[in-house]
Amino acid sequence: MDLLDFARGPALTTALSVFAFGVAWRLVSLWLLPWARDPSARREGARPAWIGAVRGFARHLWPRKPFARAAMVTTVNGYVMHFGLAIVFFGLAQHILFLRGLFGLAWPNLPSGLISGVAVVTLGSLALALARRLTDPVLRLISTFNDYFSWLVTFLPIATGLLAVSHLGAPYPTLLAVHLLSVSLLLIWFPFGKLMHSFLIFVTRGETGITYNRRGVVL
Amino acid sequence: MTDERTIGELLAQRGISRRALLKYGAYLGALMALPPWQARALAEGLANARRQSVIWLSFQECTGCTESLTRSFTPTIEHLIFDLISLDYHETLQAASGFAAEAARLSAMRANAGKYVVVVDGSVPIKDGGVYATIAGKTNLEILRETTAQALAVISVGTCASFGGIPHADPNPTGAVPVSEIITDKPLINISGCPPIPEAMAGTIAYLITFGKLPDLDELKRPKSFFGETIHDRCYRRPFYDKGLFAKSFDDEGARRGWCLYELGCKGPVTYNACPTVKWNGGVSFPIQSGHGCLGCSEPNFWDKGGFYHPLSTSTGSLGKSVGAAAAIGIGTGVAAAMVARHRRNKASRGE
Ligand code: HEM
Ligand code: SF4
Ligand code: SF4
Repeated sequence: MDLLDFARGPALTTALSVFAFGVAWRLVSLWLLPWARDPSARREGARPAWIGAVRGFARHLWPRKPFARAAMVTTVNGYVMHFGLAIVFFGLAQHILFLRGLFGLAWPNLPSGLISGVAVVTLGSLALALARRLTDPVLRLISTFNDYFSWLVTFLPIATGLLAVSHLGAPYPTLLAVHLLSVSLLLIWFPFGKLMHSFLIFVTRGETGITYNRRGVVL
Repeated sequence: MTDERTIGELLAQRGISRRALLKYGAYLGALMALPPWQARALAEGLANARRQSVIWLSFQECTGCTESLTRSFTPTIEHLIFDLISLDYHETLQAASGFAAEAARLSAMRANAGKYVVVVDGSVPIKDGGVYATIAGKTNLEILRETTAQALAVISVGTCASFGGIPHADPNPTGAVPVSEIITDKPLINISGCPPIPEAMAGTIAYLITFGKLPDLDELKRPKSFFGETIHDRCYRRPFYDKGLFAKSFDDEGARRGWCLYELGCKGPVTYNACPTVKWNGGVSFPIQSGHGCLGCSEPNFWDKGGFYHPLSTSTGSLGKSVGAAAAIGIGTGVAAAMVARHRRNKASRGE
C-alpha cells in the first residue's frame, strides 16, 4: 500500500469516522444537557422564540455602527475566507465527486481556473487572519493552542490542494496523498476544536436571539 | 546457440538493410528521448552488436505480454526485437516441448553463463512452497532461482512480473509476488503494463545490448525514458481537465466533444507510462483516445485501487458501515454524557 492508497482508504475512512463520532457526541450531549430555565419573565410583545432565533442570527451577520470601524477588517476578511472555503470545497469537480461518493448527491462544478483564483484569495485571507491574531495584543493574549491549530488544519488543505494542482514540489501521487491526509487531519480535529463552531454557531447565536427576544431586547 | 555474427549481418542475410536497422535504432532512441549522440550510438551499436542470449520465463500470467510483443500491427518493428535477441527459451514461442525444451534452457544457461538475460512475464506464487505453478515438476520459484543464478540481468516484463499484477490482487490465493521480491542480487528492470508497450520492451532491450548497462530507472525500477511522466502529463485531453470540463458518461455530449475522462474513473494522473506519446498498435491510438479512462495498469496494485470506474478523488474505504457505526457510538456517548451531567446536577440540587 503506497501513501496515496493509505490516504484514499484507511486515512479518510478513519478521519470521517472520527468526525462523525465527534460531531454526534458533541451535538447530542450539548442538546441533552439540562436547559437552564430563564428566570426572567417573558416580556410583553415578545415574538415567538424561532423568530427571536432567526433575528439573533441575522443581527450578528454584520457589526453595529459603533463597532463597525474596529470590526470591519475582521468581519470582511471572515466572509472572504468562509465563502472562499465553501466555493473551493463545493465548487471543484474533484470535490463534488468525493461528496457524491459519500452522499450520492452531485451538482454542476465551477471552472477549475476560477477555483484556483478563489483558493489563492482564501489562502491570503487566512494569512491575514493569522497576522491579526499575532499582532493584536488583546487577540494574542486570549489565543490558545486551539486557535492556532484550528487555523493550521484549515490552511493545510488549501495550500496542499494548490500544490497538487500546480504539480509543485513532489510527484503528483504524493501531492494528492498529502492533500487528502491534510483533509483527514482537518476532519479529525474538527469536532474537538474550535472548528466545531461551524455547527454550534447556529445554536449559540440562535440562543442569544431567543434570550434577547424573551427579555424584550429588539435586535 | 552462440552466434558470432552481428545483428547487422544477420539482418542483411534476411534482406533487411543496414539503413533500415539504423532507422529503427534511431526510432527507439527517439522514443527513449536519448540525447542525439546517444541515439546515434544506439543505432550504430545495434548493427554491430551480437545477438543477446535471452531466456524467457513465463510464470503466473495470461500470455498477454508475449501477445503484445508478437501480434502488433507493424511486424517490421516489433519482430525486429527477435532479431536483436537470440531467444533460447520461450515456452509459448519455442517449437521444442517437454524434456527437449528444458534441455534447451539448461544448455543456453551453460553456454552463456554470466552473459544471458532472463526475461520474466508472470508473477511467482510462493504460498505453500510454491505448488500453485510448476513446470516440468519444478516450481516457478525454483526455476527462477536456478535460471537467474548465472544471469547478467533480469527484465520483468508486464505488471505481473513487475509488481504481482492480477494474480497478486486481493485475496491473492497463491501468494503471488513480483520477481523483484525474490531476486535481489541481480540488476533488474521492470517494464510494467498490462500489457507493456512493445516499444518499451524493445527499447530497453536494445539499450541493454548496445550500452551493456541498465538505462536510468525510477524508484520502481522502471526505465525513466518510458515511465518518467504520467499519462495525465502528456494527455491530449488535459486542457479539458484544467478547465474542469468532464464527460459524465461514455456517450454524453462531453464525451463526444472529447472532454476529460476523470469522472469516468481515469487514473491517468497517478499512472506513469508512455501511452499518450508512444501509443499502441504502431502509434495508432491509446485507450484515452478511444474514449476510455486509463486503468493505471502500469502501477502496483492497480487492480485493488477502488475500482476502474470510481474517480480518483473518491475514497476507497467502505465508508457506510464504519462512519455509520461511529456516528451511532457518538450519539450513544452523547446521551451517556448528558445523563451523567443531569445526574450530577440533580445530586447537587438535592444538596447531597
Ligand atoms: C476529502 C475531501 C477532499 C478531496 C477528496 C480532495 C481532492 C482534491 C483533488 C483531487 C484536487 C485536484 C487536484 C488537481 O487537480 O490536481 C483538489 C484540489 C484542491 N483542494 Fe481538495 N480535496 C478535499 C477536500 C478539500 C478541502 C476541505 C479543501 C479546503 C477547502 C480543499 C482545497 C483544495 C484546493 C484549494 C484545491 C485546488 C483547487 C484548484 O486550484 O483548482 N480540498 N482536491
Ligand atoms: S483523460 Fe485522464 S489522463 Fe487525460 S486529462 Fe483527463 S484525467 Fe488526465
Ligand atoms: S492507458 Fe493506462 S491502463 Fe491503458 S495501457 Fe496505458 S497505462 Fe495501462
